[in-house]
Amino acid sequence: MTENLHTLPAILERNSIQFAEKPAFREKEFGIWQSWSWKDVYEYVNNLSLGLISLGIKEGDHICIIGRNRPHLYWSIIAAQNVGAIPTPLYQDAVAQEMIFPISHCSAKMAIVENQEQVDKLIEIKKDIPLLKNIIYLDPRGLRNYKKNNLSSLNDISSPDKLKNITKFQTELKKRQAKQNLDTKSILLYTSGTTGRSKGVVLSNKNVIESGKAGIVFDKIDSNFSLICYLPMAWVGDFAFSMGLGLQSGMCICCPESAETLHDDMREIGPSYFFGPPRFFESLLTSVNLKIDDAGLFKKTLFNYFMAIAKENGEKILENKSVGLINRIKYFLGEIFIYGPLKNRMGLSKTKVGYTAGEAIGPEIFQFFRSLGINLKQLYGQTEACVFVTCQPDKQVHPETVGVPVNGVELKISNSGEVLYRSPGSFVEYFKDPSNTKKTKDKEGWVATGDAGFIDEETGHLKIIDRAKDVGKLKQGSLFAPKYVENKLKFYPNILEAVLFGSGKEYCVAMINIDLTAVGNWAEKNNISYASYQELAGHPEVYKMVGEHIREVNLSLSKDKNLSNCQIRRFLVLHKELDPDDGEITRTRKVRRNLVNDKYSDLIKALYDGSKEIYTETEVTYEDGRKGKISASIKIQELEETFKRVEAA
Amino acid sequence: MNVDNTKMMDIKNIVLRFGGVVAIQNISFDIFKGEIRAIIGPNGAGKSSMLNVINGFYHPQEGEVWFRGKKRGSMKPYQIAHQGIARTFQNIALFKGMSALDNIMTGRFTHMKKSIFSQIIWAGGASKEEYENREVVEKVIDFLEIQHIRKTPVGALPYGLQKRVELGRALAAQPELLLLDEPMAGMNVEEKEDMSRYILDVNNEFGTTVALIEHDMGVVMDISDRVVVMDYGKKIGDGTPDEVRNNQAVIDAYLGVSEH
Repeated sequence: MTENLHTLPAILERNSIQFAEKPAFREKEFGIWQSWSWKDVYEYVNNLSLGLISLGIKEGDHICIIGRNRPHLYWSIIAAQNVGAIPTPLYQDAVAQEMIFPISHCSAKMAIVENQEQVDKLIEIKKDIPLLKNIIYLDPRGLRNYKKNNLSSLNDISSPDKLKNITKFQTELKKRQAKQNLDTKSILLYTSGTTGRSKGVVLSNKNVIESGKAGIVFDKIDSNFSLICYLPMAWVGDFAFSMGLGLQSGMCICCPESAETLHDDMREIGPSYFFGPPRFFESLLTSVNLKIDDAGLFKKTLFNYFMAIAKENGEKILENKSVGLINRIKYFLGEIFIYGPLKNRMGLSKTKVGYTAGEAIGPEIFQFFRSLGINLKQLYGQTEACVFVTCQPDKQVHPETVGVPVNGVELKISNSGEVLYRSPGSFVEYFKDPSNTKKTKDKEGWVATGDAGFIDEETGHLKIIDRAKDVGKLKQGSLFAPKYVENKLKFYPNILEAVLFGSGKEYCVAMINIDLTAVGNWAEKNNISYASYQELAGHPEVYKMVGEHIREVNLSLSKDKNLSNCQIRRFLVLHKELDPDDGEITRTRKVRRNLVNDKYSDLIKALYDGSKEIYTETEVTYEDGRKGKISASIKIQELEETFKRVEAA
Repeated sequence: MNVDNTKMMDIKNIVLRFGGVVAIQNISFDIFKGEIRAIIGPNGAGKSSMLNVINGFYHPQEGEVWFRGKKRGSMKPYQIAHQGIARTFQNIALFKGMSALDNIMTGRFTHMKKSIFSQIIWAGGASKEEYENREVVEKVIDFLEIQHIRKTPVGALPYGLQKRVELGRALAAQPELLLLDEPMAGMNVEEKEDMSRYILDVNNEFGTTVALIEHDMGVVMDISDRVVVMDYGKKIGDGTPDEVRNNQAVIDAYLGVSEH
């Protein structure tokens, strides 16, 4: 462990001595896994730090990091910390206009970016970010003919032989390193901003190191673990896992070749520590089911037979509970014929600890993976907590809870039902936003999560219901918890996104987004032809199918004593996917309710006024930032029946 | 683009006939080293025939082709490929059952010296040669961002990606002159933008001279340095995109009728 080390660069230095030649980072490039030892990384970071000082980076300056998960960008983060600057990773798929706010808000002096695409975006918004002096790029492709005055290559600034007065910079670096302690700011992360403007969360070295330590202790992680980084670098989870956990434990941090090759790359690496949002596991399960549907009768029978056995015994075996000998033998055979190859295919055969978080995961999906013998668990975390608030301990896993507090975290539920926590990982402040800081974190250090939840009496685990501010009441006064219902809908592979309305109304209505992969495949099987997403979404058969899903959700809601009035009366299938480029959902795919309310106010009105169809025009933003309009007539369907509330017997 | 005004190819008074049909009537133009040169024209103007002449597939009845300062005699296409000219085809000509990687590897064929026997038994330096060539191919794959389809059979790929693999195969040959026959045909706007980017980058990064035939006027005007316009086998315009755009003969023959 790293008792006396106060910064990530110091931990890197320790690794370069303790683990020396062990692989620290891997990245697939040119079809081969390239690797760098801890020593290589330490040397690179040191050289880059000198380069940053030579370019005039001062302590406290902000450096934006923009790009997909690449080792060199992670090293840039450490180098920035090394020279006392504050790294600020941004979402790489944000359009240029979206980048103006964070870059100008933190007055970044420099941006270290992946490639031409990002350089172009920064040049496009040059006028709005006058303080940004230097742009450093990793991949030189296409940049040959750009004017070079404030543009340089990462390769150049990390080569010490190009520096004059190197000793002067070295002394300066030493001086700066000596000043850093646990309270030094480690990173500035902009939240995805579910409620309007995103906020800059400042985390200190203490936050990052202590929360990482708690995660390591909780799951007994060591330097023989490996991790694959594929989630946005600007997201706290990626930072906390790759840097906080990764550097402290000395595990091998692997970067895929490209976003599209993730599954193949994962299969080759076989990460032992894995994190994925529920969507990831959902799509994995969908693709498995699609493949099995296409398989021959023999394989299908084998799969179904052994999956039934796994369903019955898999979780028990994972949790070391008693299982009869015959069943153990059957499960063992299943491991040889089905589970093993399947896990290998998914790249999860070596996974010792797998986590999912961010949203509720469907119980069936969760159990599917666990029954194969994958130790998938849930955790609950926040940017403000540097991720770790609660985790499920091994063998105490329930699909509907999020676990117990990790080391050092205290938990309480406020009178209004909101979850509060206090932990060494809880953030320093919102950058330049004292009033919001005060609202979220009180004097005693309790942080309000904004989530409504309670401690489950039976298990002692925390259970989250919904965002506290989204929970409302229907006109007749009964509880309205949109996320809870939406999650139930989203557990169907055909439904990608759902938005529920009903606060202050007599009944609930919903807007549905279909999942093009799943529904497209279904259409192919049922000989339904379509030319576009819009046409498929409006197809009567699709409406019928979605209606059936909603009926099932209504049925299950009718059994819930608090939420039986949240049953959906009318719905429509939206003609376009909710898209982060249009701001309808965040880059981490959470619905921005206010915006959706405003943008689709005509549709919502129609959902309530009894009309059968509505014509609408919607503005869309293309990937390159251009805008266009699409128009459509959308049908509105009413469900024939809703279910009477079932009284508890 | 680093265009220096040395002629890479000089085409002089080409006449090409198929029986009684005159496909190309006395056309002359040149291609400078390092430029992107476009040949445009309405359907049946003789563009593809022109490309086939440059490529050595057709032998013109009259006229001369000068390449790198030397007059080119009658050559077989593979001999021309050895000289550093690579091409793509209008109607994709890939091996459908082979993976993208293998298809692009075939572009390295002209660079492989070992005999078929040493390649079969993987001896006598064949493995070393394979590794070297694979490295070039991997760089092309990285350049065209097709890592995710490396192992996918080409026949299973969508059209736009097949086009990209075909470009990859031509690039793997590391040509000095790259001929592209309608690289954007049948593509949507986004695919066209991507392809334009790749063509510009090839020209920019590797200094490859590009000659392309294209229908899409917008694309041609945006990425080319100079444009030749053909109509019914004759040259009716030649110059920078701006000059061509303002040339009355061109407007009449091509742009004037495509107003919609």
